[in-house]
Amino acid sequence: MTAAPAPVAGIPAIEVVALHKSFGELEVLKGVDLTVDPGQVVCVIGPSGSGKSTLLRCVNRLEEPTSGGIRVEGIDILDPEIDLDRIRARIGMVFQQFNLFPHLSVLRNLTIAQRRVLGRSRAEAAEVARHNLERVGLMDKVDAYPAHLSGGQQQRVAIARALSMDPDMMLFDEPTSALDPELVGDVLDVMRDLARSGMTMMVVTHEMGFAREVGDELIFMDGGAIVESGRPREVLSDPQHARTQAFLSKVL
Amino acid sequence: MRRTTQRRIRQGVLYLVFAAAVVVVAVSADWERLKTNFLQVDVARDQLPEMITIAAKNTVLFTIIAFSGGLVLGVLLALMKLSTVLPYRWLAVAYIELFRGLPALLTIFAMAYVLPIAFQVHVPGGTVGAGLLALILVAGAYMAESIRAGIQGVPKGQAEAARSLGMPAGRTMVSIVLPQAFRIVIPPLTNEFVLLIKDTSLLFIAGSTLDTKEITTFARDGVINSNNSTPLLMAAMLYLLITIPLTRLVAVLERRLGRSR
Repeated sequence: MTAAPAPVAGIPAIEVVALHKSFGELEVLKGVDLTVDPGQVVCVIGPSGSGKSTLLRCVNRLEEPTSGGIRVEGIDILDPEIDLDRIRARIGMVFQQFNLFPHLSVLRNLTIAQRRVLGRSRAEAAEVARHNLERVGLMDKVDAYPAHLSGGQQQRVAIARALSMDPDMMLFDEPTSALDPELVGDVLDVMRDLARSGMTMMVVTHEMGFAREVGDELIFMDGGAIVESGRPREVLSDPQHARTQAFLSKVL
Repeated sequence: MRRTTQRRIRQGVLYLVFAAAVVVVAVSADWERLKTNFLQVDVARDQLPEMITIAAKNTVLFTIIAFSGGLVLGVLLALMKLSTVLPYRWLAVAYIELFRGLPALLTIFAMAYVLPIAFQVHVPGGTVGAGLLALILVAGAYMAESIRAGIQGVPKGQAEAARSLGMPAGRTMVSIVLPQAFRIVIPPLTNEFVLLIKDTSLLFIAGSTLDTKEITTFARDGVINSNNSTPLLMAAMLYLLITIPLTRLVAVLERRLGRSR
C-alpha cells in the first residue's frame, strides 16, 4: 500500500490562516482558519455560495487567495518561489464533474501525469494504474474511454487517477453531487475505504450520512466564514448556532 | 384547409419553380457554341496528362504545404492571443487583423517581389516559395481565430484536472487541451483547407515555370495555347474531384471521433 502517508509529527497536513478571497467586488471567503491533521477526514458542509468549494480550491491554488496564508505539510504554498506543480502532485483532487480526459483511455488517464510529472516508466505507471483501478473496483474498464462509463464509474476512475500520483492528501469537491442517486453509494464506498486506509481527506459534500460516519471533523460554512465546527455526530445532532440549525433542518 | 394539404401545395409550387428554372436555362443556352468552346475532345486529350501529373499534383502539394504551415502558425497565434502577457496579445491581434484584412493576392505579390527588394531576403523555392510563404501567413491568420475558439471551447475543468495532477501549463496545453480543441475545430479547419485549395490559384501572380504551375495557371495557359476554353472546364472538374472527396472524408473522420467521445 502506498496511499498511507507518513504523518510528520506536529506538522498539519493543511493549515489555512485568515484566508480571504474576492471575485471582483464579491467577497467569497471572509477570513477562514482551518487545520487538517495527517490522517484526518474533514468534511465541509454549507449552503451553495457559502464559499466551501472556493476554500477547497484555494488549498491547491486553483483559486488564487486574495490574502491570508495556506501551508501544506508546512510549506507556504503562496510563496512565489515554490514549485507549485510539485506541491500539487502531492495533493489529489476530485471534482464534481469528474473531469476525466475524454480523448484518453482510462489507462492513459491514470498514467499520463505519472509519466510526465513523476517521470515513471510506462510499465511502472501502468502497474500503479492497475492497482488503483482494482482498488476502486474498475479493473475491467482499463481500456475503456470515459464516455462509455457511467457517472459513478467516471468518478471512481477520477479517484483512481488522483491516487495513482501517490498523494499525501485528497481534496474532494462535491464528488457525488453530479451523480444519479443510485450511483452515489459506490463512490462513497470507495471514499470510505480510502479514509480507513488512513488518507488525509478534505471533503466538500452534501452527504450528511458520509460526514457523520467517516468524518473526524465537520465544518459548517455560511457566508464565506466557518460558522461552526466539531465532531460530526455532535454538530449534526446538536448544532449550536442558529444558522447551522436552519441549514440542517432543511437538508436532514 | 388542413395543414398537410397546405404544405403539399407549397412543396408543389417550389418543385414547379425549380423545373421552370431548369427549362429556361436549358432553352436559352446556346449548346452548339458551348460545345465548340468548352468541350473539344482533342484539346482535352492533349491537355489531360500534364494537367494531372503537374498541375493537380502542384495544387495538392501547395495546399498541403500552406495548410501545414498555417496550422503551426495558427496554433502559435491562438496561444499568443490567449496569453496573459499583454504585448503577445497585441502582436497576435495586429497580425491577424493585417493578414485577414489584406487580399491574399497582394500578400503573395509582396512576398515574391517587395520582400526581396526591400530586405534582400530570398525565400527558398524562388518566387513560388515566396508565394507559398504568403499563403502560410494568410492561412495562419484565418486559422488562429478558429483555433482560439476551439481552445476556449474545451471545458475549464480539463485544464484544472491536469494542473491539479501537477502537470505544468505547457504540458497541460499540449497533452490535454489542444487534442480536444482540434476535435472542435475540424469543421472550420476543413473549410480553411478547401479555401486554400482554391487560393493556390492566386500563386500565378508570383510567376511560375512549367514545373510549378497549378491547376488554374495551367488551364489559363492551356486556353491560350489551344485557342479553346476546354481547359477551363477541365480545371473546374479537377477542383471538384479534389474538394468533394476530401470533405466527404472529413465528415467520416468527424463521425468517428464523435463516437469515441
